[in-house]
Parts: sequence; C-alpha cells; structure tokens
Amino acid sequence: MALTEKRNVSSKLNPKRPKIDIESIVEGILGSRKRANDVFDILESLRSAKEKDVISAASACSKLFSTLLERKDLFIGKLPDEDEALNGDYSAEEKYHIFMRHRYNSCVEMLLEYLHHEVHEVKESVLSCLMKFAAAEGQHPLEDMDWSEHYSFPRQLIQLVVDNILSKTTDNSLLISKFQEYLEMEDVRYYVMSSIRVNVSAVMEKNKEVLLHVYQNNVFTLMSSINMPSQESELTNFMVKQEAKLEDWKATKLSDHKRGFEKMWLGFLKYKLPVSMYKKVLVILHDAVLPHMIKPTLMIDFLTAAYDVGGAISLLALNGLFVLIHQHNLDYPDFYRKLYNLLEPSVFHAKYRARFFHLVNLFLSSSHLPVYLVAAFAKRLARLALTAPPTALLIVLPFIYNLIRRHPSCRVLIHKPTAEDEALEDPYVMDEEDPVHCCALESSLWEIKTLQKHYHPDVAKAAMLINTPLPVQEDDISEVLEITTHELMERDLKSETKSVPLEFETATELLRGCLAWPVHLQVCINQSRSEI
Amino acid sequence: MGKPPKKKSLADKVRKTKTASEIKNNPFEVKINRKKFDVLGRKSKHDVGLPGVSRSKAINKRKETLLKEYKQKNKANKFVDRRFGEYDTKMAPEDKILQRFAIERQRVHEKKDVYNLNEEEELTHYGQSLAEIEKFNDNVNSDDESEEKGLLSAELTASHFGGGGGLLRKKTSEEQEEQGNQRAKSRQELIEELIQKSKLEKRERQVQREEAQELTEKLDQEWKSIQALMVKKTPKSEQTDKPEEKPKLEEYDMMVRELGFEMKAQPSERMKSPEELAKEEEEKLQKLEADRLRRMIGEDGGDGVQRPAHLSADDLNDGFILDKHDKKTLSYQDGKWNIGKETEANQKEELEEEQGEEEEESDGGEEEDESDGGEEEEEECSSEEEDGHSDLDSEQESEEETSSKPKQSLSREELKAQQEAAKAELPYTFPAPESYEDLRRLLRGHTPENQRLIVARTQKCNHPSLAAGNKLKLQKLFGFLLEYIGELATRSPPELTTVDKLIPELYTLCQMFPLAACQAMQSILGDAAHSMEEVLEVKGHASFPTLDMLIYLKVTALLFPTSDFRHPVTTPALLLICQALTKCPVRSLQDLTSGLVLCCLAVEYVSLSKRFLPELINFLSGTLHLAVQDKTSLGYTLVPPFRLAGKYSNLLVLSSSECCESWSKESLPLSVRLELDARSDLDKDHYRLNCLSTCLDLVKRCCLLYKDLPSFIHVFQPIRALLSKHLLTQTLPKPLQKFHSEILDCLKEAPLTHSRLVFEKKKPIPLKLLTPKIVEVLDYGKKRGSTREERERERLKHKYKKEFKGALREIRKDSRFLAREKLSEVMNRDAERKRKVKEKGRDKGGGAGFHKNKQSVMNKSQLLDLQKEKKRKTTHNNTTGASYHCVNLMRKYTQQSPGTQIPPGSYRD
Repeated sequence: MALTEKRNVSSKLNPKRPKIDIESIVEGILGSRKRANDVFDILESLRSAKEKDVISAASACSKLFSTLLERKDLFIGKLPDEDEALNGDYSAEEKYHIFMRHRYNSCVEMLLEYLHHEVHEVKESVLSCLMKFAAAEGQHPLEDMDWSEHYSFPRQLIQLVVDNILSKTTDNSLLISKFQEYLEMEDVRYYVMSSIRVNVSAVMEKNKEVLLHVYQNNVFTLMSSINMPSQESELTNFMVKQEAKLEDWKATKLSDHKRGFEKMWLGFLKYKLPVSMYKKVLVILHDAVLPHMIKPTLMIDFLTAAYDVGGAISLLALNGLFVLIHQHNLDYPDFYRKLYNLLEPSVFHAKYRARFFHLVNLFLSSSHLPVYLVAAFAKRLARLALTAPPTALLIVLPFIYNLIRRHPSCRVLIHKPTAEDEALEDPYVMDEEDPVHCCALESSLWEIKTLQKHYHPDVAKAAMLINTPLPVQEDDISEVLEITTHELMERDLKSETKSVPLEFETATELLRGCLAWPVHLQVCINQSRSEI
Repeated sequence: MGKPPKKKSLADKVRKTKTASEIKNNPFEVKINRKKFDVLGRKSKHDVGLPGVSRSKAINKRKETLLKEYKQKNKANKFVDRRFGEYDTKMAPEDKILQRFAIERQRVHEKKDVYNLNEEEELTHYGQSLAEIEKFNDNVNSDDESEEKGLLSAELTASHFGGGGGLLRKKTSEEQEEQGNQRAKSRQELIEELIQKSKLEKRERQVQREEAQELTEKLDQEWKSIQALMVKKTPKSEQTDKPEEKPKLEEYDMMVRELGFEMKAQPSERMKSPEELAKEEEEKLQKLEADRLRRMIGEDGGDGVQRPAHLSADDLNDGFILDKHDKKTLSYQDGKWNIGKETEANQKEELEEEQGEEEEESDGGEEEDESDGGEEEEEECSSEEEDGHSDLDSEQESEEETSSKPKQSLSREELKAQQEAAKAELPYTFPAPESYEDLRRLLRGHTPENQRLIVARTQKCNHPSLAAGNKLKLQKLFGFLLEYIGELATRSPPELTTVDKLIPELYTLCQMFPLAACQAMQSILGDAAHSMEEVLEVKGHASFPTLDMLIYLKVTALLFPTSDFRHPVTTPALLLICQALTKCPVRSLQDLTSGLVLCCLAVEYVSLSKRFLPELINFLSGTLHLAVQDKTSLGYTLVPPFRLAGKYSNLLVLSSSECCESWSKESLPLSVRLELDARSDLDKDHYRLNCLSTCLDLVKRCCLLYKDLPSFIHVFQPIRALLSKHLLTQTLPKPLQKFHSEILDCLKEAPLTHSRLVFEKKKPIPLKLLTPKIVEVLDYGKKRGSTREERERERLKHKYKKEFKGALREIRKDSRFLAREKLSEVMNRDAERKRKVKEKGRDKGGGAGFHKNKQSVMNKSQLLDLQKEKKRKTTHNNTTGASYHCVNLMRKYTQQSPGTQIPPGSYRD
C-alpha cells in the first residue's frame, strides 16, 4: 500500500484522478454496502493494460479484501453458485457475503494470472498482494474449520501461488528472490515445500523424459532459496498464528520440515535433469541439501549416477560423495580407481578445479593408501601437468610433492639412483585404467624435469625443487587453490621494479624478429601500405 | 745527640767492613726465593734477596729519621747547624774550611739582579763601550727624536695603539674633547710625517739601487771586455776539437733527437657532450624552422629570381639563412658551386634524404608493382602533396648538380610551387604534446614517414638535457605514442605502415626512459588482462584479443628482452598470450587467425630461451584437430578451449578436395575479417589451407625448439597421433606434405629413453674443524675481559691493598725499632746507674750493708733521675711491649678513609 502510494505521489505525469477514485471507491465500498457494486470498477482497472493501473488496483484489492476478510464479510464455507445464491434462500447479509466472496475469488484468479506478466514490478506487487490474502485467510479462514490436519492455513492459495511461480516459460528468478522473503516464515516454507513436491511430480509426470529447462530452473531456484533452520528452537516466525494445538501442528516440527525438504529434493532429482542443472545441484548439494535431510544416504543413487557421468559432473559429485563416505559410512567400491580415471587434461581447465583439488587432497591424505596408488596419482598428475596452465601447475607441483612427502617410498619417482646409468623408456602406461597396472612406480617424473623449462618463473622455480631432496614441511595447497592468471599477472605488474632491462637490438620495424615471422602481419602491413 | 752510638752490633761491623760483592757472594747473606715453577720468558726481580743488607739499611734509615723524631719529641726547639758540610761526616775538616771560605767569597760577589747583564761585563759595539756611546751620543740625535723621546705618556700610547682609549675619552668633559681633537690632529700629522719619511727612504733606496745597478752593469761590461780578452783562447781549442768529435754522433743520438723533435700528439677538439649535441640539434631545427617560415611568406622574391629552385626543402638542411646566400648564387652562376665545401655538405645531405625517400618509395613500390601502379602513384602524389614536389625539385636539382649545367631562371610556376612546398613542409620544432589529443592533432593528415619525422623532431626539440620538464614530457610522449599505435591498429583498415614507421622512435624513447616505458606497457597489459578477467568471470570464456593488442604484444617483444627469466613486462605479456590461448574458444576462421598470430608471438617470445609453453602445443594440436574429418576413435585428448565435437569443431575441414590443387601458399591476412563470410567455398578452403600451413609451420618450429625436453614425446603425443593417423599426407596439398613429413621425422628422431631422475649431487659438507682458535696475547698477567674503568679500579684496589700492607709492615717495624731503642736506652741508663752506684759503693768502701742503705746513700741528683724514670714508666706502663703501640697505630691508619692513601714509601727508601 505504502509503496503504491509513494508511486502515485512521485509520478506526476499520471493524472491523479483514477488513483484517488480507486482509493475513494475502496473507502466507499468499505463504508457502505450500498456501493458494493463499485467493486467491479476495481476489478476492471485490474484488467487494464497499463502496468501502473494494475499495480494500484492490486494494492486497492489487497486493502479491500483483507479488510473484508477481517470483518468476516466474505462467505465462509462451501460457496454456492452465484446465480443460485441470488435466487436461493439467503438473507441479504448472506447474499452480500456470497457476492463479495465471488468477487474475491475472481480477483485472486486474475492476480494469479498476473504472476505470468512480463513486467517484474507487476509480478512483485501481485505476489505481495496474494501473500497478504494468504495471511488474512490464514487468520480468518474461508472454509469451515475442520481442525483436522492443516489447521487454518490457506493451503490451496499457496499451492496456486507456487504453481504459478514455477512457470514453464519464463525465468522467474527475480520473483523467486522476492518470494524468498515469505519463505523465511516457517509455516509458509513448510507448505511451499509440499506444494513444490506436488507441482513437480504433476508437471514431470505429464512431460516424461522431456527436459523442461526453464521450469526446472525455476524449481531449482525456488528450492535452493529455501533456508532450512538448523534447530527446532529457531522455528518461531509464523505467518499464521494458531490459537490452539500448536504442538501437533506439523509446521512447528523440524523433523517434519526435514521430511518435507527431503521429499521435495528427491522428487525433483528423480527426473532427468539437464547437464547445467546437474552442475548447479551438485554445487550446493553437499552444503545446502545433505545436512538437512533425514536420510542423506537416499542421495547415494543420485550421486553415484552423477559420478559415473564423467567430466565436470563427476568432479562435483565427488563432493557429495565425500560427505556420504566421511559422515555416513558409505562404502564405495573402486573409489580410488574411479578417482584416478577422473584425472583428465580438462581437470586443470575446469571451473571447479580448486574444489576438486581440495577434495583429492583430502582423499589422498590418508597414510594407509598403497604406494602404487599414490605413485600412480603422482605420475598421472605430472603427465597431465604437461598441458596445464600455470595457475594449475602452481597447484599440481606442490600437490605431487606433498604426495611424495606423505609416502616416502614414492621418492623413487624423483630419486632413483642406479648403479648402471641406463636410459629407459617411460614404463608408465597412461591409458591403463587400473592404477595397479600402470607401472607408475617404475617410472620417474620426467615431466617435472620438463616443467623446469616452463615459461613462467614461478612454475619453473617450483619444478626446480626436485633437483634436491624435498624439505620435510608440507606445502599448503589451500593458498594457491584459488589463484587466477590475472592474479599471477598482477604480481609481476604490481611489483616494484628498480631497473628494467631493455632489448639491446635496435628495433627498426614492426616485424623484426629473430625468426622469420610467419607472415600474417607482413601481409597486413603490405596491404595497408598498398591502401595508402 | 751528636754522639755516635757507642756500641755497634757485630754483624754490622762485619758488614761494614765487607764490600758489596763479598756480601753478595756470602751464602749466609743470600736468601734465595724458591720458585714453584719456571715461566718461560718471565724475568723475576726477586729470586735472590739480601735480607741482612736490607735490614741494616732499614735500621740505618730509621735511625736517621724515626729516631731523630723520637728524640725531638716533646721538645720545642731544636738547633740546626747550617754551616756548610756541618753534618757531612765524610768531609775532611780542612776541605770544609776551604769550602766555607769559598762560599763566603762568593756571597760577596753574588749578583744583585738576575737580569742585570751589565753589572759586571762591559758590552761593546764596534769596539767601543756601549756605555760610552750612550753617554756621548745623546746630543747627536735629531730634534724630532729628542722631542718624542721620553714622551711615553698614556695619551701618546692611546694615540698610537688605540685600544679602549676612545671609550675613556668620551666620558671626560668637553675640554678634553677639544684636546682630543688636537691630539687627533697631531696624530694625523704624525702619520703623514711617517709616510713622508718612509717614502723618502724608499726613494733613497731606489736611487741607491739604481746606482748600484748602473755600477754593476758598468762593471759587467768592463768585465766582459776583459773576459773577451781572457777567454778567447779556450773556444778556439774547442773548435779544433769538434771536427774529431763529429763522427761520434751515432745513430742512436740521431734517433733520440729526431724523436725529440717529432710532432707530438696534438690535443684534438674535445668530443661534444650529449647536451651540446642535443642543443646543436635543436638549434639546427630551429634555424630550419625559421627558414621554412621565411620561405612560406615568400621573402626571397626580388633578387632570387634564379635561385629559388635551390632553396627547396632539401636544400635548406645545411642551415644557411637567406642573408648569406649571395655566395651561393655566385658559385652557382660560375657553375662551380657544387665544388664548394659547404655545397658539398649540402649535397650530401640532399642525397641522403633522397635515398631515404627512395627507399620509402621502393618499400611501397613492391605492392604497387603487383597492383595497378599508375593510379596509386597518383594517389600517393596527391596525398604527399607538396612533399612530392619538393622531391621532384630536388631530383631536378640533383640532375643539374651532376650535369653541372648552368641553371636558367626559374619560371613563375616553379616559384609558386616552391612557396607551396614551404607551406606544406614540416615545421622543424614541435611542442611536446600535453595530451593524447595533442599528439593526434599533431600527426593528423601526415604521411607515415612524416609522422615519424614529427615524432623524431619532437623528441629532439624536447631532449631532457635542454629543459627541466622535458623528461616528463617525453615520458608522456611514449605513453601517447603507444596509445596512438593502438588506435592506428583499430582503425579500418589498420594503418600498420605508420606503426611500422613509429617503431624506431618508440625504441629510442624506450631506451631513454626504461622505467616510464615499462610502466606504460604494464598499464596497457594490465588493462587488457583486467578486461579479459572481467569477461571470463561473467562468461567463462573470452574473445581473442584484437589487432591492437596483438601489435602491443609484438611491440613489447621489440622493446623488451623476451628471454629474461622474469621481466616486469614480458612475463605478464607472455601470461596474457597464454591466457588468451587457453580461454578463448575458436569460433571462426578469424579467431583461428588471431590464435595463430598469438602462437607466432609466443614462439617468438620463447625462441631464444626455449621455454616450454604448454598452451602453445595445446592450441596447435587443437587447431590440427579442427582439420580432422572423422572425429571418432581419436588417439589423443584435447584440452579446452577445443572440444572433441561441437559446432565449431569442423572449422578447418575442407569442403572439397579439389581445392588442394588450386591452392598456393599465401600468408594469412588479419584485416580481411569482414569479407570472409561472403567468400566462395573455394576461397574459404584456400584460407583454411593457409591456416593449416601456418599451423604446421609453427608445429615444426615448436618441434625444433622443444626437442631437448625430456618429455618431448609426451608433449607432442597428440600432434603425432593427429598427423600420423588422422591428417594423412595424401589428403594434403604438396607444400603441406613436406611440413607433415618433416614434423613426423623430427618426432621420430626424438630419443625415447631417459635416464632416471636423481637428485643433484650435493657437495660434501666439510667436517667441523676442531683446531683451536689462536688468540695473540700481548699483555701477560693483565686481567682481561672487563672494561677499562673496571680494570683501572681493580688496579687501584690492588695497589691500595699492597700499600696498606706495606704501610702496616713498616709501622710494625717502626714500633719495634722504637721499642728496641727505648729498651736500649733504659738498659743504658740502668747500667749507668749501676755503674754509678758501684762507683759510690766503691767510694764508700763496699760492704754487705751497702744494699740496704742504697736509697739513703743516693745523692739528690740520682734520686731525681730515678723519679723521672719511674714517672716515665707509669706513663708508658706497657710501652716496652711493642704490640700495644702497634695496635694503636694501626687503628689510627685504619680509621682513615680507605681512599686516602698512605703515601708510598714514606718510611722506606
């Protein structure tokens, strides 16, 4: 209300009359029942094409009907048909109530439609209006109180709102972020979660095996914006205050919340997801989802499936798996073999490189691992390092050194003095999937020797370390995990330089070089010369 | 007192009679101090002692001092005989008397005053007694002197020596002031007199000197005349000798003389300092500018009808101003003008310039030949406008010069053209641009060569040695130039020729201000990296750098050394290249071209240092992958940004195989981006083959660069797989086949085996040496290791202790000695009394009853004696025991503060 009023004041361009009219109409309707028919005017302006009108009408509606709800001027119970009501045997009071209830229903319908409007402001105001209705309805239920399960909560209205928010056509992430405010309230959250579950199963059953990108995206955004409380004592913020039987109300129980949450996520993940969605889910899974589930092990199927997908998704699934293995006693067969096979050149280029290396570091920090496995990891990482960018190399090299430090028998990889100085071919088999058979222990890390010639001074320096026995202290990888190329450059650019060496060969023209320039620019120059 | 002691100990007697040597040799006298151990190099003074001698010495001394004091005790007066030799026992009485007499005489003749020299001797001067002179010469003195003589009053001294007199005088009354004035007058006069006198004297002396000189001269002359007579014989004899000596002159002497007379290295003109050179340069340019302005106005009208042609742009570089040109015209009219020195220089410069221009033309000419040259030449003429004309003029001129034809008068048109040329000609001085816009304005509308000239001249005019702010200006200019180059590259079409021309200027500026250049370049690279990072954060990938960035990267390589291990500019630049190669997906042939240019840059960056660039190999293998038709069953893995399959993974796949025949190798142009889409398939295929050939060329270079790397095989494994399995030779055109086979050969040649990795052999760490550290000790026995003050305190303490002990010992000895003396005194007295009693007894006639009546018998005097004795005994009732006295004395000393020392040796010798 305040918002719309402000708008009215601020926008001088619009003639003030219709607003004042709407305001006065609302006042009139509320003032006397004789002017009840004016409600059509409001509904008419709600249908208007202008966004401003719609917004003001919506605010007017919310004011009107919430007052009416408060006054209990809306018909309660099973609503008879309008015509029937006119003809039926009702008192004038009842007729008025029935009439208003019909107007209320049509208003809600229209508002729900407006949730698909393309202008965000409209959606936002409509949503706030609807949620006001919901709050009012919760306080003054429109149905006969059955006192059974749901107490006095406008479950249907919430279901309708959720159904409309989870649009199949438009990306509603902005609206959802607005909706997040209401999700702070415990009862709203609880019922929204169940409505999402209902909605998802309904929608996905309808379109089997078809990816609904926008819809799933909306669902994910809504689900990820749910902040679960961690303790039952935190459950204090309710939209609808229940007078009685508070103890039995499910919305007040954390376990019920968790159950709803779990059902919702499982219901969502049951269906096929697009690749990007997989990534998004996996990114937040271990942090935002698993802790709030009653049985996190139910996620095992999903995670193993994701782990088998390969590529970045496997990397991300690793995190969830780690939580399950670490905290929930999951026994994963051939885990290290799979991890070993995850090491691909793309690992160094992936966005989730830091997270991956953090986890691999965790997995390989155990001192009970067999030496061949550690050696295989070290050798494979070294081999992959031949294609890695400098930022990744700054992670990988200390990583390998740490492996060798933890498992001193791996030292043969960098130091294997033999009596006869024989040269040998690298016995390591890169294509072997089983680390047992890859002969890493018989090999040496010539790759690091190669990297001593790397162009970046920091990498070259790091690679030089294998020339001497490694220092005992482990390197802290976490410092370099997040480093970017830009930061690397900044280091050189920002450092104070006292003297700048200069090229001593006099530059006479652009394309002077010590090797014959492969003539791209030459042509350019020649061309531009001829153009001149 | 004067009595010598009656009795002397026997030992003393013996000692006295013996000589010193006898005593020393007497084993009973000698006491040897036993040494516990010998210390090498230490001399001890106290190994042998003569206790007897020293004791007797001490006793003697005490007798002379302590004993006397003791005797004098309680006595108010004492008699001192001061007669000469009174106490000297050794002296014979006769000697004594003689001496005393002599002294008596001396005393009579003793001087009254120490300083009175004239008392006894008479001083003489020139044989005359000084006293006499004083007496009689008084009257001879001049009046002045007599006047002044004896006038040594306070006033006079004040007038002569100044001092504090002025102050005193002021305090006195007015009269005194008047007097003072008078005095001042007299003083002035005095001074004047003095001056006059001194002048007079001076003159007199001068006159004297002159006279003396005249006399000596005269004497000399006379002497000469005599000498000539006297010496004449000797030179003759010499002359006769000479002919004999002549042959003796040896070659050596000749040589020496020759060398002596030989020209020595003459000091040449000093080298000009850079500042001077810069100044000259600037002056030259300013002069040229003045000339140019003058000609622009067309001042050389009236008499210069024939000459203007020679005063073209090129002509003026010799810096002659118009007023002096008549010489030139003359020489010109003669037809010999080109022989003259100046004109020669002139000509040279002209020729140089012409050559430069010819070069430029020839640079441009290559393409002109290919394309239809005629039009373009015209275009060039029009674009270069009057410069061309001046060229023409100069060409004409040079022709004329060589043929040395007398030139006909210039037509009016030529004159006009020349004026225009002057207008169009570049100014010779430029203000340093204050902003980038200034620079652009300065360079706008000029040909590349002229732009270079402008920048060069700006640089010269604002040489840092010319003015204080110039350094900053030129540093800024570098930044602006860089910006300008970027702008040139972004124009369409890119004006790379201008960039090309500006490179030397950039280079020189960079050499002048390395730090500023470094910062400018760093900021450009930093901006580029920053913008790329921003895009990357949003999208996850970026687009390839544009042409200006490529040019910047290339310029970086030109200005800064790329082979440094870490360099503030080139290291980030290389990182930027690699970042672009990994993060920019190839989506079109243009992208690919940019990528390949980046690869070229990368190869160039590491060509000297042979550093390993993984990104380069990744990109090249990815590029080759783009050309693979069948993307299944690959034997290699790809690295982002390339993908195994996708929309853009077939970029280099040829649409038809016929194009191979029609293709001839060309280089890849960058600036044809827009037209590519519109081209035909055949053109596209040709372009693809161009890309492929460049890529293979780069791969070959990389092979050669990296073949020494231990993991060479593994690094090139994807490329090897690509070339051997997927990009088969048959599908490629001929020139590519050559590359193909060369690369594969290179890969096959690479060694497969390597020796195992071992740590570098450490140098064995030497064992710890345990030889003692030798410190030279120069002062034995001294305590070391504390501060000087502490040592001093220690020393003093020690000394005090020693002295204290010594004093104690002396005191004990003193008291012992005294006790002994007293005892002996008492004994003596007793013995005397006994003797007296005995005498009395003998007198009385002895008998048994003598003892009983002893007292009564004693006479009065004896009785008195005895009483005295008794009294003394009661006062010193225990003094015979030395210990008591000693303790008392000790107390006395110890009560003194420890700081006050007993004067050492007060009781010893």
